[in-house]
Amino acid sequence: MEKAKPPIVEITNLTKTYRRGVQVIPVLEEITLDIADGEFLALMGPSGSGKSTLLNIIAGIDKADRGAVNVAGVDISALSETDLARWRAINVGFIFQFYNLIPVLTAFENVELPLLLTTLSRSERREHVETALSIVNLLDRVDHYPSQLSGGQQQRVAIARAVVTDPTIIVADEPTGDLDRVSAEDVLGLMARLNNEYGKTIIMVTHDPRAAEKAHVIRHLEKGILNNVHS
Amino acid sequence: MFILKLLTRNAFRHKLRSILTITGVAIAVLAFGLLRTLVGLWYLGVESSNASRLVTRNAISIIFTLPISYKDRIRQVPGVKIVSYGNWFGGIYIDEKNFFPNFAVDPGNYLELYPEFVLPPDQKKAVILDRKAAVVGRKLADRFKWKLGDLVTLKGTIFPGQWEFIVRGIYRGAQKNTDETQFFFHWDYLNETLKKTVPRRADQAGFYMIGLTNPDKAADVSVAIDRMFKNSLAETLTETERAFQMSFVSMTEAIVIAIQIVSYVVIIIIMVVAANTMAMTARERIAEYATLKTLGFGARHIAGIVFGESLVISLAGGVVGVIFTFPAAHWIETELSQFFPVFNVSPLTVYLDLLAAATVGTVAAIFPTWRGATIPIAEGLRRIG
Repeated sequence: MEKAKPPIVEITNLTKTYRRGVQVIPVLEEITLDIADGEFLALMGPSGSGKSTLLNIIAGIDKADRGAVNVAGVDISALSETDLARWRAINVGFIFQFYNLIPVLTAFENVELPLLLTTLSRSERREHVETALSIVNLLDRVDHYPSQLSGGQQQRVAIARAVVTDPTIIVADEPTGDLDRVSAEDVLGLMARLNNEYGKTIIMVTHDPRAAEKAHVIRHLEKGILNNVHS
Repeated sequence: MFILKLLTRNAFRHKLRSILTITGVAIAVLAFGLLRTLVGLWYLGVESSNASRLVTRNAISIIFTLPISYKDRIRQVPGVKIVSYGNWFGGIYIDEKNFFPNFAVDPGNYLELYPEFVLPPDQKKAVILDRKAAVVGRKLADRFKWKLGDLVTLKGTIFPGQWEFIVRGIYRGAQKNTDETQFFFHWDYLNETLKKTVPRRADQAGFYMIGLTNPDKAADVSVAIDRMFKNSLAETLTETERAFQMSFVSMTEAIVIAIQIVSYVVIIIIMVVAANTMAMTARERIAEYATLKTLGFGARHIAGIVFGESLVISLAGGVVGVIFTFPAAHWIETELSQFFPVFNVSPLTVYLDLLAAATVGTVAAIFPTWRGATIPIAEGLRRIG
């Protein structure tokens, strides 16, 4: 019998609310969730259910009101903004719905961006970028600007940017939300490959059941409450 | 290097907007530089005055004269090396619009007192020997295409009549800021004519120029001269050439202050325009700043990118403005020499131009930087799509 992998993300009694004037709107309520190392988790739920907020908190770009978030042994809820930024640079790779590439930078430069925060030399950075772009099969587009790439290609560049630092976890917020079906399949296949071949832990928020099918585990959020597990 | 590349490309992402902003900053810097030069011009007489020269005038006002007999008495005062004298003539050449300063002076001593007016020895000799001789500045000669030997007629205003002169000398300035638009002629020519036409106005000097043996003795010599003529019919006021020039500047100080205020207002206006541009830019890029912060870039990096972009635009405008300041100043000096005999852009003005441009860039970036650096990432990311 295969021994269960230890959780790389441990969330305990996490609560998050937003304030709109005097009104307090609960977004996440007492969320407790473990994500194993190497897992591909899909978070699903209707709009406003809090799935993107949960993803942001796991990725260290938003803070919970209460509860603990432990990623790879680090309680990120206790980190300062500066430490959190440093932590994100090392541990988290982001894939956004709208790719969020910098339009004035080429594909190569966009992928190189996160490496600028490391101590790697220029030649080492080049090596890493080329490796990442070869994984997403875009080595022939290194000098193209985002506007010269299709949506699918832009998302592949974004995936290359997400993996170039070899992060602990990859978070993806609706990665296929802005793509046609073929490009979406392409991107999902790539993410599955990252998970299967490279053992990357992926946490993906999606509305798309076809995208969720690629995940090992699907969790549903309804009005801020995490309710069921599908494996 | 990477960040420099990023902010330079960002600066020209909206080419039209950037070009218009750069043009605005360039025009503002050009205007600022020219106005600063104009203010400097106001003080040109003060700046080019010599510490070893004194000016003695009537204590009541410069418009009142002093007897020519004072010359020998002033010469006797210890510390006085040389004495010259003159009158503001106020002659008009053909038309009032051809204005240039013209003086009746004692040319031998006067030119000795003013080594900054460089005249070849043969011309100097010719000037001294000919009562009707005139010495004109190089720029003035160029303006009216006068050559040595030309006859020039001035219409007197203070001293009525048609006054004829022969150009015997054309001086050039020893320094770049020496006024080369002046016109000098023999005081004796004026005086002898007055003796015949208006005898009561003869033998009067408008001012005395005094050369000192030691500039440190200026105060003592001034006091001694004024004491000598105390209680006379024409009491004197003796002051350094600098103080004398400054008294003219102070008469028009309100204009100088107004010009200075306008020069700063120009910069403040462009600062507001540039700040608006940067605020628009930053608002459009909030999602990008949020993305960079997501990737681990800190507030310091975002501040660098916003500030850098603002500085690239403003300094580009500043450099363009400075480049155009020189031909503009040259054009003013050439075409408007009757008003601005010297219009040199000083190195200090160039530094101030660039400082003004950098200040515009810095101030314009403050709010966008603060916004970009402090916006919560999750909120910034929502601005996309």
